[in-house]
Amino acid sequence: MEYLIIIISAVFVNNIVLAQFLGICPFLGVSNKVSTATGMSAAVVFVITLSTLVTYLIDHYILASLDITFMRTIVFILVIAALVQMVEIILKKISPSLYQALGIFLPLITTNCTVLGVAISVVTKEFTFGGEAHLLNLGETVVYAASSALGFGVAMVLFAGIREQLDLVSVPKAFKGTPIALVTAGILAMAFMGFSGLV
Amino acid sequence: MSKLRIIANGIIKDNPTFILVLGMCPTIGTTTSAINGMGMGLATTFVLILSNVFISLLAKMIPDKVRIPAYIVIIASFVTVLELLMQAYVPDLYAALGLFIPLIVVNCIILGRAEAFANKNTPLDSACDGIGIGLGFTLALTVIGMVRELLGNLSFFGMKLAEGGDGMLAFVLAPGGFIVLGYLMVVFRKLTQKKA
Repeated sequence: MEYLIIIISAVFVNNIVLAQFLGICPFLGVSNKVSTATGMSAAVVFVITLSTLVTYLIDHYILASLDITFMRTIVFILVIAALVQMVEIILKKISPSLYQALGIFLPLITTNCTVLGVAISVVTKEFTFGGEAHLLNLGETVVYAASSALGFGVAMVLFAGIREQLDLVSVPKAFKGTPIALVTAGILAMAFMGFSGLV
Repeated sequence: MSKLRIIANGIIKDNPTFILVLGMCPTIGTTTSAINGMGMGLATTFVLILSNVFISLLAKMIPDKVRIPAYIVIIASFVTVLELLMQAYVPDLYAALGLFIPLIVVNCIILGRAEAFANKNTPLDSACDGIGIGLGFTLALTVIGMVRELLGNLSFFGMKLAEGGDGMLAFVLAPGGFIVLGYLMVVFRKLTQKKA
């Protein structure tokens, strides 16, 4: 039950893009077509879940026990960069077809702030999922990370669908490109506000 | 190019928010009020100037293949310095900006300037570029924060303008951020296009 609350909360209520403003660069940058948006989302789900698991373990067993948690930012970004590189190499070797699909998105992910954002927030922020405020344990961390990334995917694919339609209508010249995309994203965020209070 | 020209370029012609469309997450996430926007802008400027200078100094020493990880380490070190300084001297602002301070590491403006400017220019020019781009970013964030605060909270830099009014809450929340930024971008484009 608690995991279900985490999933609903992270995907809909506190959607990482539309309510927490993380990962807006890829959200605006690679959302021109539904197919690329899907590929990017799949890569993000994969990387976020894995990197959050690794950074959580590093934080708990190395940084916290040595009392150097102020080094988080540097350590996490290095771990994420190395991990993305490693995933790329392994994927190339064991599953060329998956690499074909996700390959071009992987290098972009290192600087996607959702990855570092989720990794840092699970170790610093206290969450209230239908109970008292507490730091997440390992199981909750993995579920939260995966569903945050899923929320990114949902927002991304919905938005790409809207933008594909938007290409077909005529937009005032000054609004072409990013401005109209932002206004559209605003309206989408307004729709997602309807979920607030659900959990 | 004169130093002044480099600074002016960063504010107008290469404005990171309105023209280059970089660093969107803090732009929308922290501009719930003018003060928060300005604080975020100045924090980013701090890191940007220092990382630009250091990367331009070290550019010749860093092998080309590992330059991106090297830049990230340099940037992350300055962000950690900033985090510790802010925790010590402006804890309220640090709490308000929260996650977005460590996330300066992955702000594409900083890595972008390192790649596009700092690694092929002198340290002094790179510092000017950092100041220009940083001020352009700060200005943009302050303006967005001002508009959102005014519409959403009926206040100006924390001063309440009308008693008893609540404003349109949506402008302080997520949707307002996207919509205000979209419209301001249109205004900025119109203004700068006329000049050119």
